[in-house]
Amino acid sequence: MKLDTQRPAREASSPLISAHNIVKRFGNLTASDVDLFEVRPGEVHGLLGENGAGKSTLSKILYGYYRPDSGEIRVEGSPVSLRSPAEARALGIGMVFQDFTLIPALSVFENIVLFMQGLPRVLDRRALQKQIAEAAASLGTSMDLEVPAGALSAGDQQKIEILKQVLAGARVLILDEPTKVLAPQECSGLFATLAELRSRGYGIVLITHKLDEVLEAADRISVMRKGRIAGVLDPSAATQAGLLALMFEGRGTREMTRRTARSFGANALELRGVCTDDEGHAVPLGDVSLRVREGEILGMAGIAGSGQRELGALVVGRTRPRRGTKMLWEQDAGEWSIARLRQSGVAFVPENPLEIACVGGLSVAENFALGERRYRRGLGIDWPRVQADAGAAFDRIGFPRPPLAARMRTLSGGNVQRAVMARELANRPRLIVALYPTRGLDVRSAQAVRDKLCASAGEGAAVLLVSEDLDELFDLCDRLVVMRRGRIAGEFEPAGYAPEAVGAAMVGAAEMQRAN
Amino acid sequence: MQIERTFWKVLIAFAAFGLVLLIAGKHPLQAYADTAVFVLGSLEGFTELFVRMSPLVMAALAVSIPARIGLFNVGGEGQIYMGALFATGTALSLAHAPSWLLLPATLASGFAGGAVWALIPALMRIKGVANEAITTLLLNYIAPLAVGYMIFGPWRSPESLSYPQSPKLVEGARLAVLPGTRLHAGLLIAAACLALCAYVLYRTRWGLEMRAIGGNALASQHLGLPVRSYIGACMAIGGGIAGLAGMAEVSAIQGRLVAEISPGYGYMGFLVAWLAGPSAAKTVAMAFLLAFISSVGDVLQITQGVPFAVVNILMAAILFSVLCGGKRAGALQ
Repeated sequence: MKLDTQRPAREASSPLISAHNIVKRFGNLTASDVDLFEVRPGEVHGLLGENGAGKSTLSKILYGYYRPDSGEIRVEGSPVSLRSPAEARALGIGMVFQDFTLIPALSVFENIVLFMQGLPRVLDRRALQKQIAEAAASLGTSMDLEVPAGALSAGDQQKIEILKQVLAGARVLILDEPTKVLAPQECSGLFATLAELRSRGYGIVLITHKLDEVLEAADRISVMRKGRIAGVLDPSAATQAGLLALMFEGRGTREMTRRTARSFGANALELRGVCTDDEGHAVPLGDVSLRVREGEILGMAGIAGSGQRELGALVVGRTRPRRGTKMLWEQDAGEWSIARLRQSGVAFVPENPLEIACVGGLSVAENFALGERRYRRGLGIDWPRVQADAGAAFDRIGFPRPPLAARMRTLSGGNVQRAVMARELANRPRLIVALYPTRGLDVRSAQAVRDKLCASAGEGAAVLLVSEDLDELFDLCDRLVVMRRGRIAGEFEPAGYAPEAVGAAMVGAAEMQRAN
Repeated sequence: MQIERTFWKVLIAFAAFGLVLLIAGKHPLQAYADTAVFVLGSLEGFTELFVRMSPLVMAALAVSIPARIGLFNVGGEGQIYMGALFATGTALSLAHAPSWLLLPATLASGFAGGAVWALIPALMRIKGVANEAITTLLLNYIAPLAVGYMIFGPWRSPESLSYPQSPKLVEGARLAVLPGTRLHAGLLIAAACLALCAYVLYRTRWGLEMRAIGGNALASQHLGLPVRSYIGACMAIGGGIAGLAGMAEVSAIQGRLVAEISPGYGYMGFLVAWLAGPSAAKTVAMAFLLAFISSVGDVLQITQGVPFAVVNILMAAILFSVLCGGKRAGALQ
């Protein structure tokens, strides 16, 4: 993944875009207070910080989405006033958001053309296709322009987003946590694209909270903390420890959790030959058998979209097995309702919490109380108890408490994830199904989640942990299964934990070799 | 400030409507002066506003309760007719029962009629057969036909063979009316329903769960909330309240079942709910506004000799003016 393209001499060149003395407040909160941030041509500028450090706010100011309360933006040296993203785009500033903005039903070609500026009223389809294909080739990729964008993987969709910006004339590209949605293999593709863009003189802002990414891909690293730039470093001089100290103001992070030998109880969850229906875009499960014992953490690796989401939906009762049996604590639970499953101690952290685990329009406290029998009082809800329990739940995991009266929708992505996590783990669940629970969390919160999962397992809970982070899985899990195309493609004991072996099972290399 | 702005917007709409009257060769200033005298200046005209408000508020609740969980009940009109039909059936068949039994039974039947009419689309929605926005709308065309069948056939009053209507209801089945006006106890029922709904929505567990389902049905399902039951209950209760409006029209205003039991209260109630959103105070304010507009129509019909339909122009003008620049697009969500 190391970038090997020649790094051009850029010290002499003037910045493509720079922000001077920018202040942005939301009510009492100072979201951004930045003295100087600049992006030079041919530079990948890493913007690092924990959740809520102000990375997104700063980038949205650069993109004209927010107007700063004071301060100045300069594009190629001259001051500009960005009143909208359209104006920013006209000045050559493009942004790729965490959630892509492609229209799923339109073809790749249509999506790209929709975004291009200054086209004639009647389009010359062939010429445009040629132009797009050339631009794609120059970035070292090729793509089928006629497939609907919605049918593509996250990695390919992201390539289209980048290509779209380049064709629309962007010189500065802001990528907001671009690796969050990518499988590990796709990340190297992204970094190759970024290297290509850099060698062609584009300025790139790479927003992330993953240390290894900035250390590998960035030419310069700005670390943000509480809305301010806490430091600007050269990656060759930076160390993980140094960056962490800047990010967390020396508050430090704990050592990685290590798996310790545990003793396991009876089966908490057991699937025997489970198949599910092929509904819509879902990946049907085929003959899945697995078990998680009390006190055990079972890891599940796999490329995104290999059936992990469907497995989660099956375990938590949203879908029912068409064939096979689902046993919970040695009882046939195939027909249990979601309410009954939750009542019996199943906790669920889905991959997209804001979509399926909480209600954006309700407050954090209200979300905490939903569906919980214990908080009923007469016709109403025992709000003091909810508040106390919610606060305690955050404290117990080691998350900072968000304002409990704030609407869920107004929280940052990481805070939503933390709130859902806190709620699900609040009442000593007996089975925890967690899909990518640390994705989108900063280093410290991610560590707190891992610690909490281990602690829960230590107290006898069974944990099914789906993750894309092999290091995380190797560290935490007592056993590991690999999902591929809705089936179990491999099973590993700790002795066999090796990235090559697990990775081969993820992409089906073993099968390919056998076929040859 | 928002109220002030709304006031100016309504004023602009009246000015625009005045222009229309002027073009039609009428006298707008005279028309508005007449309106002020007849609608706001006389006890009869003023109380008439409240007579119209009560079915409007109930029809608005019929829309707004299902809307809280993200459903579109366009069937208020049909539910009013079915409420009227069921209530009449009970009042006629239990005519000899004591009034302490008869009136509550009539009320309950009115509620049941509307509830049944709303439950049909609710069940179809739960089963995934058809969308409730379509089915409730279509049922609006069936309910008046059912009423028509009964008053042309089995229930046709022997005393007025020339005009299709049911026999007069006995006194015991009539809602109390304030002497000298048409103000009736239905207004109290409407107020009670409104207060109860506001209480349930913001003070109870059910209200929280309704807001959760309305906000994110998928997540609510994942949290184990009984979403299907809520679909059935919210539709039935909403429809039931519209049914009460139909019952009140029969029992207090007409005294019998007639073909035109509602002059479109169900549709106007939809507008009220749409304009007001979840707020009880705004529901009252918007119901008052629409009651006023329909009274203006009556006055202009007499004093200016314009057809009642002209009032639609005024209503459209007000809707345009109020909705312009407002963030109303998501009011029902």
